[in-house]
Amino acid sequence: MTLNQPREPLLDISDYRLAFDSFDGTAQVLDGVSLRLEPGETLGIVGETGCGKSVLARSLLRLNPAPPARVVSGSIRFEGADLLTLSEREMRRLRGRRIAMVFQDPVSYLNPLLTIGTQMTDALRGQHAAVGQAQPSRFVARAEAAALLASVGLAEPERLLASHPHQLSGGMRQRVLIAMALAGNPALLVADEPTTALDVTVQAQVLALIAGLVRDRGLALLLISHDLGVIAASCARVAVMYAGTIVEEAATATLLRQPRHPYAQGLLAAVPDLDRPEHRPRGIAGSIPNLLRPPPGCRFHPRCGLATERCRVEKPLLRELAPGHNVACHHV
Amino acid sequence: MTALLHATGLAKTYALPRTAFQLARTLQAVAGVDLLLQPGGTLGLVGESGCGKSTLARLLLRLVPASAGRIVFAGQDITTMPEATLRPLRRRLQLVHQNPGAALDPRLTVAQAVAEPLVIQRLARGAALRDRVAALLAEVGLGAEFLPRFPHELSGGQKQRVCIARALAPEPHLLVLDEPTSALDVSVQAQMLDMLAELRERRGLAYLFISHNLAVVRQVCAEVAVMYLGRIVEQGSAAEVFGAPRHPYTRALLASVPRLAGAALPAALGDGPAAATVDGQAAATVDGQMAATGEPPNPAAPPPGCPFHPRCTLAQPACRMGVPPPLVNGLACPVSRAG
Repeated sequence: MTLNQPREPLLDISDYRLAFDSFDGTAQVLDGVSLRLEPGETLGIVGETGCGKSVLARSLLRLNPAPPARVVSGSIRFEGADLLTLSEREMRRLRGRRIAMVFQDPVSYLNPLLTIGTQMTDALRGQHAAVGQAQPSRFVARAEAAALLASVGLAEPERLLASHPHQLSGGMRQRVLIAMALAGNPALLVADEPTTALDVTVQAQVLALIAGLVRDRGLALLLISHDLGVIAASCARVAVMYAGTIVEEAATATLLRQPRHPYAQGLLAAVPDLDRPEHRPRGIAGSIPNLLRPPPGCRFHPRCGLATERCRVEKPLLRELAPGHNVACHHV
Repeated sequence: MTALLHATGLAKTYALPRTAFQLARTLQAVAGVDLLLQPGGTLGLVGESGCGKSTLARLLLRLVPASAGRIVFAGQDITTMPEATLRPLRRRLQLVHQNPGAALDPRLTVAQAVAEPLVIQRLARGAALRDRVAALLAEVGLGAEFLPRFPHELSGGQKQRVCIARALAPEPHLLVLDEPTSALDVSVQAQMLDMLAELRERRGLAYLFISHNLAVVRQVCAEVAVMYLGRIVEQGSAAEVFGAPRHPYTRALLASVPRLAGAALPAALGDGPAAATVDGQAAATVDGQMAATGEPPNPAAPPPGCPFHPRCTLAQPACRMGVPPPLVNGLACPVSRAG
């Protein structure tokens, strides 16, 4: 790792292109994504179904099975190393340690047959093995697991360690997974729709927990969500994705107040606002493109009111409108 | 004006499987609910998962028999009406499910799916049937090119439109919509809400709209009922319930919704993880608003007294004893009423 040069960001995704090969052809799922994240920074990625936000999140841990996934070009640099060229062995040292991930559906990520304690101690011991350290004893690992559970606001950790996943509520399961994500003391937490399966009162609690962890541990957060409200509550910056491209990136408050890309504007206009019932949500005409045959030029042009000939031919690149505010549109 | 739908004291109790070590137990999914819906009215039913809102919808549609109470639809008591007598009434009461993918038979084309209720109810046949089906599809914004398609060829929004066309086919007076937009993206959801508003205006439909999304309910419904653990805890006009919530649960629910305006943090976010303990007995009060700690209790073992008391900031000793407080003037909380 090189030091004392212009400081490298924690995460630097540059012109990342990912394709999925299938019998019907090649789907260009991510089309030139560039993002940077500084240590301790919080970035939300918002977009609708199929825009590629989860695929992007999984790319950071190299969890997209290849094949069918195929990296076409670009790099993902994390703490100076390119994640796309690391060996699987080197990747294992990062996964769950420097970069941790929390998923949408906590039930799927816990083994129903094992107690929380068994699963957590196995994971903790595995963490040490991955970096070639001596494994702590089960006793030590269990004490560490109890401390982690307490750190995510779970009362009576000892009782929880003896419980099976089905004995826990949805919110508690997600806390357990967050506790496991923290085990390796990560620098970056990737959270993919972490509260989508939860009720709104519990969602508020889990978002509070994540916000607290980011603040207290200096974690960088990459939060994937379809819900702009969740991102507004958790992230200082937000990137809007559409059909595999980032169309706008800005400070969250700026984007909510003055979205510039027509898709970002459409997305905001479509969200019903509890505090403004007089605002009628407006939909976006048309539907998301088939990524096997994405539209040429700007991928949003078939649904865009501003589309001109140039939009049909030339792909707009992300340009800086103001410091920290980037938009990919020929008309802005 | 006679009410379109009037339910009184409606309850549903399920027997839980008996195990070797336990006595027979019951789960009270719906516990004494009164509902009134006028022709052309819109009532929103909100609450978290497991609060009984979907069971209530199924009771009202007579898809499950009620354990207690009475349902009067269009002046007729349908609570225990024999199925044969009920059938002609069924066409006036239709249901739209949350998951349109599961609600459509994958082997039926769009045309067959929409025609099915018309055939079963013997409302049309031959050329008239084909015309009706095409007209229904047009009404939900789908062209004739969709008639021969199968569900797997449709997007989520298109499938939900087909489900709505199917529900409209027998000319209902009441549409029960159970989370109709929860599986859809926001841009599609907005189109769906527009369409539902148009349909209601054109056909004079009444909606019972079930959703956990409060902002959507506020868009669609004039009246709102908030459910918690099988009971309605607050009921009133949408402007009252959302604008000036009175029940501590309603207030917690509203305070928990992440807001866009001013990017204000939800109330529960004001404090760090220490405040957000799961088993905490007291709720955090932040910025004068209330958030709820903990999660909804197990409906098989509800707490005594007011079901919300373990999560409530206002809980008094009296709240923990006796029977749940009744709904008086649209509010089931004597403490907030007194304060």
